[in-house]
Amino acid sequence: MPVDIDIAKVARLARIGLDDDELARYGSQLEVILEHAARIQALDLDAVRPTAHPLPMVNAFREDEPGTTLDRDEVLAQAPDREGPFFRVPPFLEEA
Amino acid sequence: MTDPADLTIAGAAAALRAGSLTAAGLLEAVRRRAAMTEAHLHAYLTLDAAGAERAAAAADDAFRRGEDLGPLQGIPIALKDNMVTRGVETTAASRILAGYLPPYDATVVARLRAAGAVITGKTNLDEFAMGSSTENSAYGPTRNPWDPERVPGGSSGGAAAAVAAGSALGALGSDTGGSIRQPASLCGVVGMKPTYGLVSRFGLIAFASSLDQIGPLARTVDDAVVLFEAIAGHDPRDATSYRGAVPDVRPSLDDGVDGLRVGVIRELSGDGIDPEVLAGFRAAVERLAGAGAEVVDLSLPSMDHALSAYYLIAPAECSANLARFDGVRYGPRLEGDTVERMMAATRRDGFGPEVARRILLGTYALSAGYYDAFYGQAQKVRTLVIEDFRRAYEQADVLVTPTSPTTAFHLGERTGDPLTMYLSDICTIPTNLAGDPGISLPIGLDGGGLPIGLQVLAPALGEAVMFRVARAVEALGGFEARPALATSEGAA
Repeated sequence: MPVDIDIAKVARLARIGLDDDELARYGSQLEVILEHAARIQALDLDAVRPTAHPLPMVNAFREDEPGTTLDRDEVLAQAPDREGPFFRVPPFLEEA
Repeated sequence: MTDPADLTIAGAAAALRAGSLTAAGLLEAVRRRAAMTEAHLHAYLTLDAAGAERAAAAADDAFRRGEDLGPLQGIPIALKDNMVTRGVETTAASRILAGYLPPYDATVVARLRAAGAVITGKTNLDEFAMGSSTENSAYGPTRNPWDPERVPGGSSGGAAAAVAAGSALGALGSDTGGSIRQPASLCGVVGMKPTYGLVSRFGLIAFASSLDQIGPLARTVDDAVVLFEAIAGHDPRDATSYRGAVPDVRPSLDDGVDGLRVGVIRELSGDGIDPEVLAGFRAAVERLAGAGAEVVDLSLPSMDHALSAYYLIAPAECSANLARFDGVRYGPRLEGDTVERMMAATRRDGFGPEVARRILLGTYALSAGYYDAFYGQAQKVRTLVIEDFRRAYEQADVLVTPTSPTTAFHLGERTGDPLTMYLSDICTIPTNLAGDPGISLPIGLDGGGLPIGLQVLAPALGEAVMFRVARAVEALGGFEARPALATSEGAA
């Protein structure tokens, strides 16, 4: 079954800045893969429960005790930009 | 005398204790081998010469003091470069992590160090473990030691090539849809994926968290057991870590297959499998029958849909996991006047085409309006796969299949067609969906001299019977061939 993809919207949601050629290329590749994957849509699975995870576990409880943490400077040393003890990023909002 | 680089882990461990070999001498032999083979193979992204020397010296010191940390003390082991190593560059073969020096060790790395292992370095992979040929590495492909014109498989291709070539005695890889077993098959070594949850994922750079599992690559089943025993066990830092006891696999390892029921999956041992691979597989099954196994023919209809389900579930999980690579906390950053434009530019530049493709695919499959039709339906197929395996294990103690539908293919042969590349994993993917263990081991060579692999599957926590059957296949098969590039003559 043909699959219709708004690839520009998907790329925006995924935060990957693609140009028009790249969007067209990825869009047609995804259509081929999704047409193969869409075969499972024809299966009657109304009575089947979904499985999200192979282990029948709900939660992993532990005592709430302080543990060791990573060294802050060692962590921040890996950041592309920092200001004191903070990660530094460009503005979230555009100037009006 | 055997070059120490060609010893098994068990053989080297014996020589270290007999005093005929030192950890420093063993490391030197492995480095000599790497110096000969790396120009052809590119199995490693990073060789940690200084760290390995320190670890080998520490292992020798401990031996001199009479301390015995067990069978990995002084043994050179390679790590797939998606396991973090404190202070040693870890990139997952992606540009988006170029230069990253992790501030901590993965749990498996800490366990290997505590066992006295000598970590040689970080091996190449398909970027973020997404691929079946190691051609998706941002730092160039790894080649197959049996034929450098061919791929080593993937995504743990560097690890498999290093073990086959002798630039490590064993390695750790990760397996999300076959990424340990398929390269092991294509490189003629043993590769094992443990039951989901038995080995901690803490410090494994996540691809698809409900499928990822770390496991060993080695030259013999026995060596794979040694590595499995070193890394398995509960870890409070992995919320999905199994809390029960690790299966005790040693006592029954050499019990053979007499009286065991070995199931052959019809859907994975016919159409779509190369005739020579199939012939090798059938011959191995006949050897098992000759040794007393009862061979059972089984149909698991859901196998035909497992690949489709996997290529929705794995990209969906990957699209969420890889959201963390955004140019804020680590890795390179491209400029942008807003944080969103900075992230979009950084991610466009940092991710290779296969990773971008899967992020886009997963984002689509999870997006409003498509979730039920794609991701939801795939989760239901996952249930069918689990139920099929459960029924199969009522009739058989283990299941066997060819590991890979073909032997090693040429570089470039499948890169233009993602779907054909995905079919490389058709035999290995169902096990990951079920969370069960599986092991691949070499059973012979095809007409072109390339290794053929057989896979033994078992129910969750069934490692004992899985290793036992693998050990029997190995003993009955007598596969001892080594690639020409693993010998000094071949590499000269």
